[in-house]
Amino acid sequence: MLCENCGKRPATLHFTKIINGQKNEYHLCEQCAKEKGEIFSSSSESFPFHHLLSGLLNFDQMVEEHPLYTNPESQRCETCGLTFSQFKKMGKFGCSDCYKYFELQLEPIFRRIHGNSQHIGKVPLRSGKSIKLKKELSQLKAILQQKIALEEFEEAAKLRDKIRALEHKISESRG
Amino acid sequence: MAVERYLQNAISDWMCDDGPESDIVISSRVRIARNLKDHPFPLLATDSQANAVINKVSETIINGKMKQIGNFDLILLEDLNDLQKKVLVEKHLISLNLANESRKGAVTLSENEAISIMINEEDHIRIQCLYPGLQINQAWEMANKIDDILEKDLDYAFDEKRGYLTSCPTNVGTGIRASVMVHLPALVLTNQMNRLVPAITQVGLTVRGIYGEGSEALGNLFQISNQITLGQSEEDIIRNLHGVVNQIIELERQSRRNLVEEKRFQIEDKVGRAYGILSNAKIIDSKEAAQRLSDLRLGIDLKMIKGISASVVNELMVMTQPGFLQYIANEILTPEERDIRRATIIRKKLLEIK
Repeated sequence: MLCENCGKRPATLHFTKIINGQKNEYHLCEQCAKEKGEIFSSSSESFPFHHLLSGLLNFDQMVEEHPLYTNPESQRCETCGLTFSQFKKMGKFGCSDCYKYFELQLEPIFRRIHGNSQHIGKVPLRSGKSIKLKKELSQLKAILQQKIALEEFEEAAKLRDKIRALEHKISESRG
Repeated sequence: MAVERYLQNAISDWMCDDGPESDIVISSRVRIARNLKDHPFPLLATDSQANAVINKVSETIINGKMKQIGNFDLILLEDLNDLQKKVLVEKHLISLNLANESRKGAVTLSENEAISIMINEEDHIRIQCLYPGLQINQAWEMANKIDDILEKDLDYAFDEKRGYLTSCPTNVGTGIRASVMVHLPALVLTNQMNRLVPAITQVGLTVRGIYGEGSEALGNLFQISNQITLGQSEEDIIRNLHGVVNQIIELERQSRRNLVEEKRFQIEDKVGRAYGILSNAKIIDSKEAAQRLSDLRLGIDLKMIKGISASVVNELMVMTQPGFLQYIANEILTPEERDIRRATIIRKKLLEIK
């Protein structure tokens, strides 16, 4: 497609403008767009990703109404000293404890980036052993409820023994 | 010095084998990000804290249970000059970020260069596994295995709810980035990429140029990778990417068939011209070289050109990058000098084969 302004160069910018409900589509080349003041930044310089991220991080109205809300800008990770506003600027955490200290503000951010905020993937084999067992335990308990509801008591009894053994294992692994 | 052996050849040992679907898929890569508990992330670490991480991690890799995977060499970035770093980036053995941004960065490389473990990049540990062709499952299995071995000796920063904790919130959870590098000349030629890219983005994947974030798609090469790391299991992420890449391969093959059927002369002409220019040009810039090499590769894949293997094209793609050119020349070259050297290297290589 050629630029609709000069008709010479290929149109590289395609956008829709809605002014007072009036919708218009535009197809321009970079040069014409620049001349018409329609360009936001030169596309030759790539837009730094962390700016985009800090854009995302600026939506914290959602948590402002939360009872535990304190001004997030002044919130600080007590392990590494990073403040929330520094985090927003860099788009990077200072240490793994930042996740704990900024937990409240992070929830909507994770949802925005990943569409999700709960990890369901791999768990470390050694240090995650008790986490893994706990997950298994809650799964077994759910199945047990089903079996009871279905009145399959023989199965349920087997499950109950399994759950007991697992609970024992978990309390042992805690030492 | 240990690093020299990793710089000499433009093409890594692992790339010499043809992988599955190698007419379209150049390579598959899985990278996982891990951090140590109770250590500040590299961004905020002092030099001594960063050195402590290097010592701890490299000790595990070089002397620990990693022996069952292979032998590794430790390379400290501060011991390298700019050209050496550039070559490692051009061979995809380290990231641009490790080369340019890291203080106290290091990398451990396996002898065949298929495994690279970066230390003190954005995260303490980044395990990267590379395989030729479409072998994304194999790459994940290897990375997963290495991760398990390292975790025996290292305490990771892990949270039940958020998963593996990373320096950037875009990597948290699984910490995995799986990517496949594909050569899509027919889809570019038939203007289908503009439609394909938004579709790929909609299913949670991204398309980038060959040197990662913000890089240009040189020579019709694209990297397709997962975007989301939290809330999906590793297996789902790999399966999703694999499924989409399979579809892209099918689309590219279909476009190639259509081109050959409908525009055989035009394609043969394009390929022939590329071969003519590459074997005769005295000056060639990197953009043109990448485009002509892509055309040549298409000709090889379509059996229009015989007697040249695709791996020669892969090799030339890396050999003609600015860093490698200057490393071979052993001096800093102006862009004009590089264009002359580039043309010479390509001419010589194509003459050798004849």
